[in-house]
Amino acid sequence: MKKKAKLNIVETTAKYIFTICAVIAIFAVCSITFYMILKGTPAFKTVGVLDLLFGTEWQPTAEEPKYGILFIILSSIVGTGASVLIGVPIGLLTAVFLTEVSDKRLAAVVHPAVELLAAIPSVIYGLLGLMLLNPVMYQLEKLIFANSPSHQFTGGSNMLSAIIVLAIMILPTVVNVSASSISAVPNELRAASLAVGASKIQTIFKVTIPAAKSGIMTGVVLGIGRALGEAMAINMVAGGSVNLPLPFNSVRFLTTQLVSEMGYAEGTHREVLFTVGLVLYVFIMIVNFVLLKLRREATEDE
Amino acid sequence: MKRKFMKTAAVCMAAMMMLGSLAACGGSESEAPEETAGGNGTELTGNISLAGSTSMEKLCEAMSESFMQANPGVTVTVEYTGSSAGIESLVQGSVDIGNASRGLEDGEKESGAVENIVAIDGIAVILEKSNEVADLTTEQLTDIYTGKVTNWKELGGKDEAIVVIGREAGSGTRGAFEELLEVEDACNYAQELDSTGAVLAKVASTPGSIGYVSLDAVDDTVTSASLDGVAATEENITAGEYKLSRPFVMATKGEIAEQNELVQAWFSYIESEEGQNVISKVGLILPQ
Repeated sequence: MKKKAKLNIVETTAKYIFTICAVIAIFAVCSITFYMILKGTPAFKTVGVLDLLFGTEWQPTAEEPKYGILFIILSSIVGTGASVLIGVPIGLLTAVFLTEVSDKRLAAVVHPAVELLAAIPSVIYGLLGLMLLNPVMYQLEKLIFANSPSHQFTGGSNMLSAIIVLAIMILPTVVNVSASSISAVPNELRAASLAVGASKIQTIFKVTIPAAKSGIMTGVVLGIGRALGEAMAINMVAGGSVNLPLPFNSVRFLTTQLVSEMGYAEGTHREVLFTVGLVLYVFIMIVNFVLLKLRREATEDE
Repeated sequence: MKRKFMKTAAVCMAAMMMLGSLAACGGSESEAPEETAGGNGTELTGNISLAGSTSMEKLCEAMSESFMQANPGVTVTVEYTGSSAGIESLVQGSVDIGNASRGLEDGEKESGAVENIVAIDGIAVILEKSNEVADLTTEQLTDIYTGKVTNWKELGGKDEAIVVIGREAGSGTRGAFEELLEVEDACNYAQELDSTGAVLAKVASTPGSIGYVSLDAVDDTVTSASLDGVAATEENITAGEYKLSRPFVMATKGEIAEQNELVQAWFSYIESEEGQNVISKVGLILPQ
């Protein structure tokens, strides 16, 4: 009797501890969402939705302040999109190499190296971009715009630098998720493809990758999320002026906008920065919903 | 019973979490230093009110925090309404001290405000080391920052593009620079960086770049340009010859000696070693 009662206490205690832990996570998400909406929406009223989201001039401290964040939103979208376009093919092919092509010993070296890439703090990426990438970009900029008086020289801190840094930063995510989903493809599929006469490369591109599609897509979406949310590295290499997102323009992303101006902003300026945060949050939400949907599809496929 | 206890515990814990996260949220909103007015054993109690220049926020926050630590019975409240508005409130008698980040105008002095310069704000224009240009005129500097001049060869240097580096909107240094150069909202920055250190590092590593930082931050990784032939040194600034500098004034209605003991204590604190340390720490120059 006594033993059973004791067991019961342990069981219920454990159950409550688990529940509390779950509640903390849910509570955090709910309160963040609530807070972002609470803080992010007033600026829509004070500035006006159109002027805010589609204005192209950002002069928060001017005599007549202008709070247009269109270029900032576009920079984030273009920067993320371009880095994914560069990073995903490289990442996918690396994953194929690791799982299908390379011999085990080489994979044993490459795989930890890719994983280490994920563990490097973003500030280090920023630092390397600052010291190595920006000077190269400046040389390139001088070559390309040598005879263009209207171009404003940025000293190499530009969109392209940010894209390259981001592309490298999303590599490990794409590689790891893709590699695990490719290696989860049943061997029977490969064997069947090889048996009907397809070459190894044909098998990889026509059978293995399509079969691992949803896992690879998950990797891509996670990569998008990482690129969208990155602030530190970009802040160091992108220049930070609010401009149209062209490759050699100094640009500002949603994240760096918050990082660089939150310190001294006040009044409407501060409200608008919260709105920038809200926009970023909405983007991240969209990415996550896509991710959830992909995962659901993946489980349904099985 | 046990079950009920567990439930209460769970609720309590959840409530604590909630409070914790709310407090965290609130923290980002207001960073006002919280000083409890203990008052036990201290002679001074009461309230000192200041109003005026937004540029002086950093100085006022640091000074009032330090002052209130030394005098727990005194509360210092500072409003940042702008230099002219601050002096106006002082003249009207609604505040004890009016802050202005410029010298007082004759009209303001006539209406009873007395200029007490507590610190001087100086901004240095910095260039990359290999730059052959070492002296700029005010006009040239304006042209560079408004984007009229884009190559150093136009200013007698070598054929090198000018990379215009500045601070982010809202920065005090940027505000002061643009105000003193009269280029408010007209600047065409190639890079907007969010700290003094970042500007220094970027200028040091980018050929052809130009930037501005607080005078005290200049080091030997960059060259500091002289302006209209006047070098950016503390001596020239205290002598009033260097253009990119401005006084931080804490004006009183009538001489300091005529003020109440709280205000007198405030000014003697500023004069004290601790007060002078605060001024140096926020990057300002001590007036002679």
